[in-house]
Amino acid sequence: MNKPPDSIIQARGLRKVYNTGKVQVEALRGVDLDVPRGEFISIVGPSGSGKSTLFHIVGGLTPPTAGEVIVAGRNVSTVGERGRTELRSSSVSFVFQKFNLLPNLTARDNIRTALYISGKEPDQFDPELLSLLDLLGIAGRLDHKPSEMSGGEQQRVAIARALATRPAILLADEPTGNLDSRNSLAVLNILKDLNERLGQTILMITHNTEAAAFGHRTLHMRDGRIAETSH
Amino acid sequence: MIFTLVWENVRFKPVRTLLSVLLIAVPVTLILTLIGLSRGFLDDSARRSQGVGADIVFRAPGTSVMTFSGAALPEKLTEVLTQTAHVTQATGVVNQPIGGFDSVTGIDPAGFTRMSGGFIFREGRIFEKPDEVVVDQFYADQRHLHAGSVTRILNRDWHVSGIVEPGKLAHLFVDVRNLQDLVGATGKLSQIYLKLDDPSNTPQVIQALQAKFDGYAIYSMKELVSLISVNNIPLLAGFINAVVGIGVIIGFAVVSLSMYMAVLQRTREIGILKSLGATNGFVMGIIVSEAAALGFGGTIAGILLSFVTRWAMLHIAPASLPQAVVPSWWPIAGLIAMGGALLGSVYPGLMAVRQDPIEALAYE
Repeated sequence: MNKPPDSIIQARGLRKVYNTGKVQVEALRGVDLDVPRGEFISIVGPSGSGKSTLFHIVGGLTPPTAGEVIVAGRNVSTVGERGRTELRSSSVSFVFQKFNLLPNLTARDNIRTALYISGKEPDQFDPELLSLLDLLGIAGRLDHKPSEMSGGEQQRVAIARALATRPAILLADEPTGNLDSRNSLAVLNILKDLNERLGQTILMITHNTEAAAFGHRTLHMRDGRIAETSH
Repeated sequence: MIFTLVWENVRFKPVRTLLSVLLIAVPVTLILTLIGLSRGFLDDSARRSQGVGADIVFRAPGTSVMTFSGAALPEKLTEVLTQTAHVTQATGVVNQPIGGFDSVTGIDPAGFTRMSGGFIFREGRIFEKPDEVVVDQFYADQRHLHAGSVTRILNRDWHVSGIVEPGKLAHLFVDVRNLQDLVGATGKLSQIYLKLDDPSNTPQVIQALQAKFDGYAIYSMKELVSLISVNNIPLLAGFINAVVGIGVIIGFAVVSLSMYMAVLQRTREIGILKSLGATNGFVMGIIVSEAAALGFGGTIAGILLSFVTRWAMLHIAPASLPQAVVPSWWPIAGLIAMGGALLGSVYPGLMAVRQDPIEALAYE
């Protein structure tokens, strides 16, 4: 596969079939995608359109059934489970709708866990991370557990945890889905700011067209394919 | 970092942690109590044997080291043995079990006093009448007896004539002739203790006695004490091994169940760790470390509980069930608990490792 210059994600003919009992569900039916480094892409589409599956494959959570996808220089189709684990620890990070913070741990320890897993020094937060925590407005909330924080704060901790390891790609799955409009706007502005200031590549799944507008372009998925791209 | 994760995990569900620790502690306590009882019982026997003040013990052929019963030696042998070179005194005793781990010992008070230096009475005096018994302080505490109390032994009532300091031969003493008649062993003895003119002559005297009394069990007191060990008690070593085996199985089952539940409860968290790029080794490491922490906690709790059982034994049956503290068995009991715990964590650990991260993240 010829890789366009500075393309951080490139997919060709991506297919994914799930076997649920005796039924085969074709979640992706040939997706082609190029994402240049530093782009903020929104992915929209109805439930079952394949956007989460695309997300999971790009994030190395599951391999494609067919086709090829290269993420941050790794061919996710061929690297195997160990390679996908390395991809997740070093090159991609997730922000989820349900925040998915480890409930037993404080915000600080959630971030430390991600740093430790990615092989970075977990006990000393470097100046960039400290300024990120300031930017996210959670520097004073680091010693609190998720149950002691609001949804907006939890999502900002999740963003901090995701970016603490300096991933090449941030994958955000409905990051505002569990937030009120004020916190949703705050999170979207943070993502946009991170993209503009740090050049962070972001792929964001959303149902919300207003949220999608924060990206440079929007991919519309339908029936396992990218049906349309809008700018 | 794994320490933080494990510590927060065990702290997050304190009741589950506490129950797991207590359940793991049960076999540790069981093992330490059994070992402590065996050791305590044997140490007590050895101490009491040494308290006789003899140099040699003479027993009938075929008797084991721990003889609790049987009066098979003819009484007249005492006189014969006294005539052996270097033997200055011989005194025979009769042992008769009275139920459980207890036995009553028939002694000749004059001979026994001469050999052992005599009892130290805390209350009362030596027995003088056929229905009188002397007990040591342990037995008196166990049965709440005092001089003048009545106690039932061998289906008859006995008056406690005195209470003596423990550490000499037995816990209960009656007149040897009285006991011989009572158990139908008139003219018979269970064992004969010999005192020599000089303890350094012991090997020489034993050799002479063995030449004369072929097949008899003749031990120096040093040898007898050294032979009073778990390995020389028929079935005890096997019984201990069985309890150790049960300990491993309980530790395994408890930790397996506990960690299985923990893995189920933490499905989503395992998914989160995997989404962060945690390797299978990292996830397995957390599960195994947590099991090790529970095993360690169970070991400490088990050791502490063994002091509770010791305290209980000392207050309930200090004569019958003397429980020693055996620190050399702490690491062994700990290894057994840890072994069971680590073994029990393998399946839940593999279950966690094999979880699909997408399904785990979707788990509610």
